[in-house]
Amino acid sequence: MLKGWKSIEPYLLVTPQTLVFLLFLVFPIATIFVVSFWEFTGYSMTPAFTLDNYITIFRSPVSLATYLNTFKFVGLVWFFTLIIAFPVSYFLAFHITSLRWQIILFLICTIPFWTSNIIRMISWIPFLGREGLLNKLLITLQITQQPLDIFLFSNFAVVLAMVHLYTLFMIVPIFNSMMRIDRDLIAAARDAGASGFQVLKEVIVPLTIPGIAIGSIFIVTLVMGEFVTVRLMSGGQAASVGSLIRNQIGSLQYPLAAANAVVLLVITLAIIMGILRLVDIRKEL
Amino acid sequence: MIAPMRKRPLSFYFLAVFFGLFVLFLYGPMFAIFILSLQGPDGALTFPVRSFGFHWIASLFFQQQRIGDFGAAFQRSLLLGFIVMAVTVVVALMAGLAFRQKFKGSSFIFYLTISSLIVPSVLISLGIGIAFNLIGVQTNWYSSALGGHLTWTLPFAFLIMLGVFNRFNLSYEEAARDLGASEFQAFQHIILPLIAPALIGVALFGFTLSYDEFTRTSLISGARNTLPLEIFGMTTNVTSPALYALGTVTTVFSFSIIAIAFLAYGFFAKRQQP
Repeated sequence: MLKGWKSIEPYLLVTPQTLVFLLFLVFPIATIFVVSFWEFTGYSMTPAFTLDNYITIFRSPVSLATYLNTFKFVGLVWFFTLIIAFPVSYFLAFHITSLRWQIILFLICTIPFWTSNIIRMISWIPFLGREGLLNKLLITLQITQQPLDIFLFSNFAVVLAMVHLYTLFMIVPIFNSMMRIDRDLIAAARDAGASGFQVLKEVIVPLTIPGIAIGSIFIVTLVMGEFVTVRLMSGGQAASVGSLIRNQIGSLQYPLAAANAVVLLVITLAIIMGILRLVDIRKEL
Repeated sequence: MIAPMRKRPLSFYFLAVFFGLFVLFLYGPMFAIFILSLQGPDGALTFPVRSFGFHWIASLFFQQQRIGDFGAAFQRSLLLGFIVMAVTVVVALMAGLAFRQKFKGSSFIFYLTISSLIVPSVLISLGIGIAFNLIGVQTNWYSSALGGHLTWTLPFAFLIMLGVFNRFNLSYEEAARDLGASEFQAFQHIILPLIAPALIGVALFGFTLSYDEFTRTSLISGARNTLPLEIFGMTTNVTSPALYALGTVTTVFSFSIIAIAFLAYGFFAKRQQP
């Protein structure tokens, strides 16, 4: 009797979580997949099996350009978050020796994660706007006579805001990997005559790769589906696949939006598979 | 503590400056809108500040017709945040307890949960939106948006719980059982107090991620907006420092929640020390 209870206990405990994901993750994505083959008749969608939506996407120069633009955002944001996150994590993990300070400085990096993204985007207006501090500085330094419009409402602003929002997702896994590096390994490398740079190149970077991989997966996922930052920081001038989907929903073209979503998901998963093939992250989980 | 001062390498100073610049990059803009929200009636969206005052903060509370119904949206987001928090804590704790033993299908559940992190948010919104549309159910902040938020909070909470139970020392619980404690008593008196600090962390994640969520709410909140949606709407039609005032008020609110969470964490962590 008691034995039987013991064996079903984990299943009962895990049921609520499984239900949440079946209802709000698996079922919706299955729905997207099905609807992506439906027809759109001008104002509503009807069940069908047609590849028209996919053909429209791959034939349209606008949507292909939008995909390219999205990849550009992913690449740039990935690059900048990585070159910021690596030195920041390195400093925290290897130069700060007191645990207390490590925790304090790490929390300083983490706290903005728990505040509103929209507000953090808005907070760039006083810096980047036409009358913003950056333009005032450039005019004072006489680099330019007229205030420049290119800072706010541009691709530059979109990338800047995304780097601002998402660097943390790179810092946490890299910091985590670095903290797991056995300090004796570094001491051994030093004793064997390695220079500081050699220690970095031969010991620290290789052992940090899994953390970099996890951070990269986060960045790819977050940026691939972005539309708020793109919409707000570009003033509607730049496009991403996310904003394309958003606009198609606005005009009730659900099947086309669904087809775009499927393509977006397939590309995202393909990139992640590629990363996982290169790097074994299981030890980090 | 008297320790011989170790000479710091040059790289320490370079990286310290880099770290400082990064912190400035993180907090500088936020600090700027904080200052700009404390302007007098002649304030503008950019520097310089002409006069200081609480004009714009006050306008949030007393001139709602000009700024939008931010009070109602705030209440909605607050309530939704607390619901998401409660559900996240209970559901992730249950799953964490289940994962203390190997069971058939456990790796399926694990990958199902983690996969929620690698699906772009816009798919969750779109999918739930279309699914509700097809079934013929109205989307609402307390149904569809609640589900959307859980797909984002639960994976984080689940990973935290796995980490906690990985380090969990089973001998305390066994000792309690040997002394005749029932399963429930062992949970109530041993497990729960030991993992209380981690549950505070899970609660903080659950509340703040929901309270600030935009994408996973945007297509599925139904007729009434949550606060982030309301603020997003404001960015296109409010061109006064009232926008910054709202930013400051909600950020101060977020900071208070974080501070409360840390106090609670400290309280529970301290109780564990002998």
